[in-house]
Amino acid sequence: MSPLLLLAARSAWNRRLTLGMTLIAVALSVTLLLGVERVRHEARNSFAQSVAGTDLVVGARTSPVQLMLYAVFRLGEATHNIRWQSYRAIAENPAVAWSIPLSLGDSHHGFPVIGTSSAYFEHFRYGDAQALAFSAGKPFAEIFDAVLGAEVAARLGYRPGNRIVLSHGMGDVSLAEHTDKPFTVVGILAPTGTPVDRSVHISLEAMQAIHLDWQGGAPLPGLSIPAEYVRKFDLTPQEITAVLVGLKSRAAVFKVQRDLNTRSAEPLLAVLPGVALDQLWQVVGIAERTLLAVSAMVVAVGLAGLVAVVLAGLGERRRELAILRSVGARPSEIFVLLTAEGLFVTVLGALLGAALLALLTALLGPLAQAHYGLAIRARWISSDELALLGAVVAVGLVASLLPGYRAYRISLADGLTPRL
Amino acid sequence: MTSETVIEIENLRFRWSRGGEFCLEIPAFEVRAGERIFLYGPSGSGKSTLLGLLGGVLVPELGRIRLLGSELTRLKPSARDRFRADHVGFVFQQFNLIPYLSVVDNVLLSCRFSARRRARAMAAGGSLHDEAARLLAHLDLEEALHRQGVTRLSVGQQQRVAAARALIGRPEIVIADEPTSALDAERQAAFLALLAGECRAAGSTLLFVSHDRRLAVGFDRELSLASISPACGEGRAA
Ligand SMILES: Nc1ncnc2c1ncn2[C@@H]1O[C@H](COP(=O)(O)OP(=O)(O)O)[C@@H](O)[C@H]1O
Ligand SMILES: [Mg+2]
Repeated sequence: MSPLLLLAARSAWNRRLTLGMTLIAVALSVTLLLGVERVRHEARNSFAQSVAGTDLVVGARTSPVQLMLYAVFRLGEATHNIRWQSYRAIAENPAVAWSIPLSLGDSHHGFPVIGTSSAYFEHFRYGDAQALAFSAGKPFAEIFDAVLGAEVAARLGYRPGNRIVLSHGMGDVSLAEHTDKPFTVVGILAPTGTPVDRSVHISLEAMQAIHLDWQGGAPLPGLSIPAEYVRKFDLTPQEITAVLVGLKSRAAVFKVQRDLNTRSAEPLLAVLPGVALDQLWQVVGIAERTLLAVSAMVVAVGLAGLVAVVLAGLGERRRELAILRSVGARPSEIFVLLTAEGLFVTVLGALLGAALLALLTALLGPLAQAHYGLAIRARWISSDELALLGAVVAVGLVASLLPGYRAYRISLADGLTPRL
Repeated sequence: MTSETVIEIENLRFRWSRGGEFCLEIPAFEVRAGERIFLYGPSGSGKSTLLGLLGGVLVPELGRIRLLGSELTRLKPSARDRFRADHVGFVFQQFNLIPYLSVVDNVLLSCRFSARRRARAMAAGGSLHDEAARLLAHLDLEEALHRQGVTRLSVGQQQRVAAARALIGRPEIVIADEPTSALDAERQAAFLALLAGECRAAGSTLLFVSHDRRLAVGFDRELSLASISPACGEGRAA
C-alpha cells in the first residue's frame, strides 16, 4: 500500500503546476467556507454573551430586533426615545428589582457614549452572569467623569486622569464636538468581550449637561453655558433611549412585559432578550445559510476542477498505467493510485485552507473587532469547523473515485499495450 | 534442469470479441527453462496479444496456459497479477519508463510490487540500490545517470533501463515485445546482445518478439507465430 501512495505523491509532484493551481482553488474555497462558519459562530457567540441576567429590555416602540441592536449591541441609532417619567414608572414598579437607564447618541472617536447611572456598574451582567470589574480607577462620581470600556482605553491609549472630548452624534467624521465640556477619565473596565468594551460611560446628568446649550444637532447660536455653571441647571434628563430591567421574580416577566407593552403612558416595547435574540437569528439565519451554501458551492467548484484536471491527465498516462500493470500492479491498485492523487490534493487543500484562515484571523481579526465589534480571535479549529473539513475531504474522496474508476477501466481495457 | 518446461500452452483459443474471429489458435507450444526464443510475425498478427495472455492480463476463451508448472488460466485475476510480478519481466517497444521516477527507481519498480523479486534482488546485490546499480552498469549505463530523471535519456538508454527493470530479482521469464524497433540498426544488435547476455547470467528464459526477422541472431530457437498459431491473422493468409 505505502509504495503505491509514494507513487501517487511522486506523480502528483510531477504534475505540480496544474495540480498546484487546483490545490490553490481548493484551499481558497476551504478558507472561504471555514471563514463564513467562523464569523457566523463568533457573531452568535459574542451576541449571546452580550447580555445576561437582564429580564427585559425596554425602549420606544420599534421592532424587537431593532431595540436589541441599539440597546444591547450599541449598533445603529434609536429613532425614538422614551420619556423620563416612563423610566421612573418602570423603576418604581414593585416587581422591578433594578433598572439601568441608557441614553445613547454621542460618540468618541467612533466609540458609542452611554449615559447611564451607577446601577450600570452594580447590576449589569454579561457572559455567564459575570459582573463588570474595573481594571483601573472607579465609577464616575463628579459630573464630567467618564468610565471607559477596555478596548476604548487600549486603542486610544487612555489612562485615568486623561481628558477627553465627546462628539455629538455617531460616526467618525466632521462632527460637532463638545469641546467646551471635556471629561476626565476616572475608571477603565476590565475586558468583557462584549459591546461594553467599546463604550464610553458617563452619567445621565453629564449627558444632559453637555446638551444644555444644544438644540437638534447643533449648538444654539449665541448661547454658551460654561462647564462650571452647569450645576445651576436642573440636570434631570427629559428622555432616555432604553432601559435594562431586572425583576424580583422571573416568574413575573410575562406579566410585567404585557403591562409595559399595553398600559404605559406612551407606546413602549418590552422584550425578553432571549426571545429577541432568537428573532435576530431567524433574520440572520437566512443570510448565514445562504452564505454557507454559496461557499459550499465554491468548494464543489474547486473539487470539480480537481477531478477535471486528474481526468484530463489520464489520457497521456495510459502508457504509465500499462507499465505499472506489467510490473504486477492490479487494476484495483491503479484505482487506488489515481483516487489517492485526488484525495491527496483535497487533504492538502483542506489543511492549507485551514492554515490560511488562521493567518487571516490573526491579521484581520483586530480589524473586524475595530469596525464591526466582532471578536474573531485566532484560535484552534472548532469541532464544527473540523466537521466541515471532514465533509470537504469526504466529498473530495468521493469525487476522486471518478478518475480512479476511469483509470481502472482503462487499465483493464489496455492491458499491457495501450492502443492509442 | 534444462529440460524443465517454463511455458506450456495447450489448445489455446483467444478472440477479442465474442462471436468475432479467433485471433489466436495454438494447439501446442512449449518453451524450456533457459531457452532463448525468437518469435516473429507481421504486425497485427497477434504477437502482443499472445504476450498479454502469457502475462495473465488476458484470458483465453479455451485452453490452458501453464507457466513454471502453475496453471495461469485457473488463477484468480489478482493471483495472476501477483504471478506476473513475481516471475515475469517485460520490456516493450518504447516509452517503457515512468517519467516522474529516477533511473534507479524505475528499475526498482519491479521490486515494489513483488516481495519475491525484492528478496532475490537483495540477496544478489546486498541492497536493492546496489543490485539496480550493478545491473545498470552491466547494461552500459554509467553511474552518473542513475539518479537522473529518465526523460533526459536517449531512447537506447531508456530501453536498457527497461531491460534492467525486467531483469532485476531474476524472474524466470523475460518477455520482450519489439524492444528494439525504436533503435537504429547498430544499436539494435548491441541491445540484443546485452539483453541476451543478462538473461543468460540471470538464468532467465527469454521470449523475444519482433516483426523483423533479421534480428534473429544468437537465439536458441526461431519460429514464426504462424507456425504455432496456424489459424491466426496474416499467418492464416500465408
Ligand atoms: N485491446 C484490443 N481490443 C481489440 N482488438 C485488439 C486489441 N489489441 C489488439 N487487437 C487486435 O488483435 C490483433 C492482433 O494485434 P496485436 O496482438 O497487437 O498484434 P502484433 O503485436 O502482432 O502487432 C489485431 O488485429 C488488433 O487489431
Ligand atoms: Mg505488438
